[in-house]
Amino acid sequence: MPLLFAALALIALVGAAGVLLSRNPVYSALSLLLNFVAFAVMYVMLSAQFLGVVQIIVYAGAIVVLFLFVVMLIGGNLPALGRGRRAYVRAAGVILAALFLLALLFGLARPLPNGLAAVGAPDGGSVQALGLALYVDHIVPFELASILLLTAMLGGIVLARRYQAPPKD
Amino acid sequence: MSLPTLDFSLILPELVVLITALLVLIADLLWPRAASRGREQAPAVLALAGLILAGLLTLLAGEWSGATLQGMLVADALARYLNLVVLLAAALGLLLSWSYLPHFSTQRSEYYALYLLAVAGMLFLGKSIELITLFVSLEILSIALYVLTGFHRGQLAGGEAALKYFLLGAFSSGFLLYGAALFYAATGATRLADIAAQNAGGFYMLAGLALFLVGLGFKLAVAPFHMWAPDAYQGAPTPVTAFMSVGTKAAALVALFRVVQAAGSVPVGVWATALAFLSLLTMTLGNLAALRQSSLKRMLAYSSIAHAGYLLVGVVAGTAAGFDAVLFYLFAYAFMNIGAFAIASLLERPGFYAVQDAGIHAADGLFGRRPWLAVAMAMFMLSLAGIPPLAGFFGKLYLFAAAVESGWAWLAVAGVLNSVISAYYYLRVVVGMFMAEPSASAHLRLPLPASATLAVALTALGTLLFGLLATPWFQGISR
Amino acid sequence: MVPTHYYLILAAIIFSMGALGVLVRRNALIIFMCVEMMLNAVNLTLVALANQWGNLSGQVFVFIVMAVAAAEVAIGLAIVMAIVRHKDTINVEEINLLKW
Repeated sequence: MPLLFAALALIALVGAAGVLLSRNPVYSALSLLLNFVAFAVMYVMLSAQFLGVVQIIVYAGAIVVLFLFVVMLIGGNLPALGRGRRAYVRAAGVILAALFLLALLFGLARPLPNGLAAVGAPDGGSVQALGLALYVDHIVPFELASILLLTAMLGGIVLARRYQAPPKD
Repeated sequence: MSLPTLDFSLILPELVVLITALLVLIADLLWPRAASRGREQAPAVLALAGLILAGLLTLLAGEWSGATLQGMLVADALARYLNLVVLLAAALGLLLSWSYLPHFSTQRSEYYALYLLAVAGMLFLGKSIELITLFVSLEILSIALYVLTGFHRGQLAGGEAALKYFLLGAFSSGFLLYGAALFYAATGATRLADIAAQNAGGFYMLAGLALFLVGLGFKLAVAPFHMWAPDAYQGAPTPVTAFMSVGTKAAALVALFRVVQAAGSVPVGVWATALAFLSLLTMTLGNLAALRQSSLKRMLAYSSIAHAGYLLVGVVAGTAAGFDAVLFYLFAYAFMNIGAFAIASLLERPGFYAVQDAGIHAADGLFGRRPWLAVAMAMFMLSLAGIPPLAGFFGKLYLFAAAVESGWAWLAVAGVLNSVISAYYYLRVVVGMFMAEPSASAHLRLPLPASATLAVALTALGTLLFGLLATPWFQGISR
Repeated sequence: MVPTHYYLILAAIIFSMGALGVLVRRNALIIFMCVEMMLNAVNLTLVALANQWGNLSGQVFVFIVMAVAAAEVAIGLAIVMAIVRHKDTINVEEINLLKW
C-alpha cells in the first residue's frame, strides 16, 4: 500500500505540475486528467469505491472532455487575463502560495485529533452505506444540489444562445 | 430503515421563491411573446408576486423558534431578518429591472428565473447550519449571479465582468471548501452545532476558520479579496448590481456569523483581530478608491466595498448587540444603496446601458431637471455618508457603539474617520445636483418609468423612516 | 496502511499548486483548470478524513462538490465561449477591463 500511495502521489504531482507549467492548454487538460485518475485510485484505497468510479465518470469523462472540447473549438483565440501583469506580481504569487503551503504543512504534519489509526468508512464505504448517508442523513443538501444543477442548466442555456438585441421602438 | 420525514413548512418562503422561479420559466411557454402584446411583463409580475408572497409568509409566520430541518437548515430569528432583508432588496431590484431589462435583452423569463434562484440561494444560505448545505447554497447564489452579471451579452464589458467574477468566485469557493474540510478534520462533524459542541481546538480549527474567512471575504468583497467587485459591479446590469451588492453581503454575513459562533474554541482575540484589520483595510481602500472614480456606478461599487468594511465592525464586536446592529444596517443599506443605484440606472443612456455609464457628472443639475429625483438622491448620498437623521447615520451609530462597548474603540474611530472621507465624494454628487449646470450630453427630460419611480419612492421613504424611527426598529430587532 | 495525514499533505501541496496557477497563469482556461485542481485536492482531503473519522459525511460532501464542479465547469466554459464569440464581432481594442 505505501508503495502504491507513493507512486500515485508522484503521478498526481506530475499531473499538477503539468497543468501549471505547460504552454499549451491541451497538455494542461491531459495533465489534469492524470491528476484526476490518480485521485480516483486513491479514493478506492480510502474505501470510497463508488466515489472512485464517479470521479472517473464525472471528472475524467465529463469535465476534462468539456475542457478539451472548448480548447479545440476556440483554438488559439483564448482570452488572456491580467495583461500588464508584471514579473513582481508573479513573484508575489509564488511567495504567497509557498507561504500558504508552509503554513498548511506545519499543521498537517502532525497526527489528527482522533489519533493515528483511521477508523475506516462504515461498511467499507459500500454503495449502500453511501446511499443511506446521501438520501437519509443528507437529503437536504442533496435536494439543494438539484436546484444548483437547475441553475447551472438555465445559465448555460442563457449564455449559449445567440444574442438577440431587443427591437428598438 | 425509513426515509426521513421533513417538515417543509420551515422553508416555506424559500419554496415559494423556487416554485415561482419554475412558474416564471413556464410562463414564457404559456404566453409566447409574439402572440401577446402587453404580456411582456408577465414574468416580472409573477416574480414580484412570488417575492411578496414569500415576504408575507416570513412576516406572518410569527417568531421563528429555531426548529431545524434535520439539523441542516434552521428557522430562527436571524434567518427571519435575513429573509426580510434579502426579499426586500430583491423586490426593489426587480422593480428596477422591470423597465431596464427590455432595453438590452429579450430573455425575460430566463432573467427573472435566475434572479429568483439567486434569491433562493441567499435565503438558504442564511438558514444553513451545516457545512455541506452552506456550501451548496452559496454556490446556487454564486452561479446564478455569475450569469446575471454577464446578462447583457450585447457588450463585452458584461462578459468580461462575468468571467472575472466567475474565476475569482470559483477560486474563493476552493478556499471556503478547504476551510470546511479542516473543520471536518478537527471534529469529524459537518453540522455547526456538533462542531461547536466538540469544542476542538488546535491547528485545524484555526486554519479552517482562516480559510473560511478568506472564502467568505471574497463573497463579501472584503479587501484584499475585493478585486473582482468593481469590475463585476460595473459590468453587471445596474439592477443586478443593486440587488447583489445588498443580498450577497447580507447572506454571507449571516453565514460568517454562524460559522464564527460555531468555531467558539478558537480564541476570540485571534479571529476578531484579523477581522478588525480586514474591516479597517476594506473601508479605507474602498473609500480612497471611490474618491477618484469618474463613473457614478463604479464610485457606488467602491462605496459598496467600503460598506462591507463598516458591516464587519459589527461582527468584530462579537456581541449580540453587534450583530443586531449589522442587521439594522443591512436594512438601512438595502434602502439607501438600492436607491442610489436606481438613480444611477435612470441616469444611464437608454439603449446603451453600461456602455454609456453614468459619469460622475451625470447627476449635475438634476435638481433643475427632476427636482424630486434630486432630493431622493441627496437623501441616499447623505444617508450613505452617515448624516443624521437618515437611516445610514443610525446604522453606523449602532455599529460603532457596539464596537466601543466590546473594546474595539480604535476600530470605531477608524470607522468614523472613514465616514468623513466618504462624505467628500457623496457630497460632491449632491453639490453637483443642486449647484452645477447639466453637462451638454445630459438628457434634459429624463425618462421616468413608473416601476423605477416606485422603487425610488420606496427606497427614499425607507431611508427616511428608518432614520426617524430608528430606535423602535432597533429595539424590535434586538428583542 | 498509509497514515491519513500523508493524504492531507499531498492534498495541501496540490491545492497550493492550484492556487499558484490561479495567481500566475494568464490563460483563462488554465486558470480554470487550476481551480478544478484545488477543488479536487479538497475532495481528497475529505475522502481521507471520512476514512479517518469513520463517518460518511465527508464522502457525501465530495459527492456534492462534484456536482458543484460540474455546474461550475458548465457555466465557466459557457462564459468563455460567449466572450470568444463576441471577440469575432467586436473590436478587441475594447478589452481593457480585465486588469487585476
